[in-house]
Amino acid sequence: MRNWLRSALTVSLALTLVIAAGAQTRMFRAPRTADGKPNFNGIWQALTEAYWDVEAHAAAPSPVIELGAAHAVAGGLSIVDGGAIPYKPEALAKKQQNYANRLKLDPEIKCYLPGVPRANYMPYPFQIIQGPKHIMMLYTFAGAVRTIYMDDHKEAPADSWMGWSNGHWEGETLVVDTAGFNDQTWFDRAGNFHSEALHVVERFTAASSDHLIYEATIEDPNVFTRPWKISVPLYRRLEKNAQIMEFRCVEFVEELIYGHLRKKPSQ
Amino acid sequence: MKQRFLVPASIAVALAAGWSWGTPVAGQSRSAGAKTTGAPAKVYTAPRTPDGQPDLQGFWSNSTFTPLERPKDVTKEFYTREEALELVKRASAQEAEQTEPGTVPDVHYDFTQFGLDRSQSAMALSLRTSLIVDPPDGRLPPLSSEGQRRAAERAAARKSRGGPHDAVQNEPLGARCVLMDRNGPPMLGGAYNNTYQIMQAPGYVMILVEMLHDARIIPLDGRPQLPANVRQWTGSSRGRWDGQTLVIETTNLTDKFAFLGSSENMHLTERFTRVAEDTLRYRFTVDDPATWTRPWSAEVLWKTDPGPIFEHACHEGNYGLYNTLAGARAEEKRAAEEAAKKKSPK
Repeated sequence: MRNWLRSALTVSLALTLVIAAGAQTRMFRAPRTADGKPNFNGIWQALTEAYWDVEAHAAAPSPVIELGAAHAVAGGLSIVDGGAIPYKPEALAKKQQNYANRLKLDPEIKCYLPGVPRANYMPYPFQIIQGPKHIMMLYTFAGAVRTIYMDDHKEAPADSWMGWSNGHWEGETLVVDTAGFNDQTWFDRAGNFHSEALHVVERFTAASSDHLIYEATIEDPNVFTRPWKISVPLYRRLEKNAQIMEFRCVEFVEELIYGHLRKKPSQ
Repeated sequence: MKQRFLVPASIAVALAAGWSWGTPVAGQSRSAGAKTTGAPAKVYTAPRTPDGQPDLQGFWSNSTFTPLERPKDVTKEFYTREEALELVKRASAQEAEQTEPGTVPDVHYDFTQFGLDRSQSAMALSLRTSLIVDPPDGRLPPLSSEGQRRAAERAAARKSRGGPHDAVQNEPLGARCVLMDRNGPPMLGGAYNNTYQIMQAPGYVMILVEMLHDARIIPLDGRPQLPANVRQWTGSSRGRWDGQTLVIETTNLTDKFAFLGSSENMHLTERFTRVAEDTLRYRFTVDDPATWTRPWSAEVLWKTDPGPIFEHACHEGNYGLYNTLAGARAEEKRAAEEAAKKKSPK
């Protein structure tokens, strides 16, 4: 009798473990913050070539001859669901113009705030500082900052580069609804763009203690025929001494932007 | 007709509520309590975060009209309540007047209309006659001999680079949106964008500086400062708790952002103490023997601010910088043309 009970318990425990393990592959339960929410505090970085072009692209030479192979385009596959961005025909023409003139037009080159979702898959780390009322996303590039308002949702008071973000939790997922953008930012270095009607809904879900799945649904009826979605993993920077280093790039671009206004040596 | 608030709203409210200005905020200064009032200072204990740190979180304003150095004609450390009120009134009125419609400053910024003047921000009232609390005379210590030599070298180097509008690099860092005194460190208030947000997550304190959307992320885990060869505009900052007080030590600064003429080897210690529900005491000590003959300290009271902080895209919208440089070139062109006309009259 006792032995029977013991083996029954063993079997049921084993079954429980198997079920738990199965569930774990479907939905990882993230460690919790003090207020019981999934804890996304940390330094994160995408590992993708999408910052060159969110769509599939082959390797290509750098547009700046002097930079040779060091700044050549790394080939990469599309992070867009279904592969292609559903541009309206006239918008696709503008994207192609943007690409042709990217050295002049890409806001990244001028150290302008990168916008959303671009900030999340640039080749730099960013840090999440998480509180119950506000979740901060603090980016290396241009020192860009996003405040995600968790309990005081409101419409954007004015247009901005990084938009106005209202967030909420759906179980394991942080959902961030961002609008109030200007029309000045791009999605990548390939000229993919939007208008001020851009509306982005992002979903951050932990897939392990060291990686998040990042998804963003992008809507802009002025530019696209329908909403479209991207997804990339974000990886935790595990170095013990990882930190966001200063990248005050304004100084790096002043000669580029204002150099032609330098006083000419008097004759 | 624009409405002009001649006293910062938070101070007006405090006044209406009968707040005694003669009582320095509890813990404001060890010497202050004894000198200004006989009232026993009630010691405030900040609430705790879930992981047990004193809770400094929220939005804060470091607006003040108190000058860094004590005016030459003032000999005391503290004003009376009446004197302080009068000074705030006068300074607020002056700041509002500087942007009278139709005047030159009005073309650049209408401070009052866009909420850029201090009379529209939260402001803690300090009775101090200077932000500098040490040396006791409230003034910067004398420059060391190395400090004098470097100041002369820097002035000569500036001169050799030409006029202030000859090239973008000759313009002040603030006009270039690179760094301002509100960013520091140390962080000092100015006429506008004096709002800060503090957040505390396990192992970190974040201070978001409204000016230039600048987030200071301070590790609290005892890690060493950055290697000595790694220099940053805002240096390398590490924090720790000393009882109720957050202490941030900063080194690894650059020669480019010289705070009041400091050297890149300046060692800065900032101390944040919540001394009341609505007041944070920010005290910093500058130790830089390569510039000053002795360390010196200053103190600013930060007042709770309703927030939020909106994006300050300074560089992206910097038409002023472009127009300053383009205007200087246009002036030169016009002057050259007029000179040529005078040389060869028809």
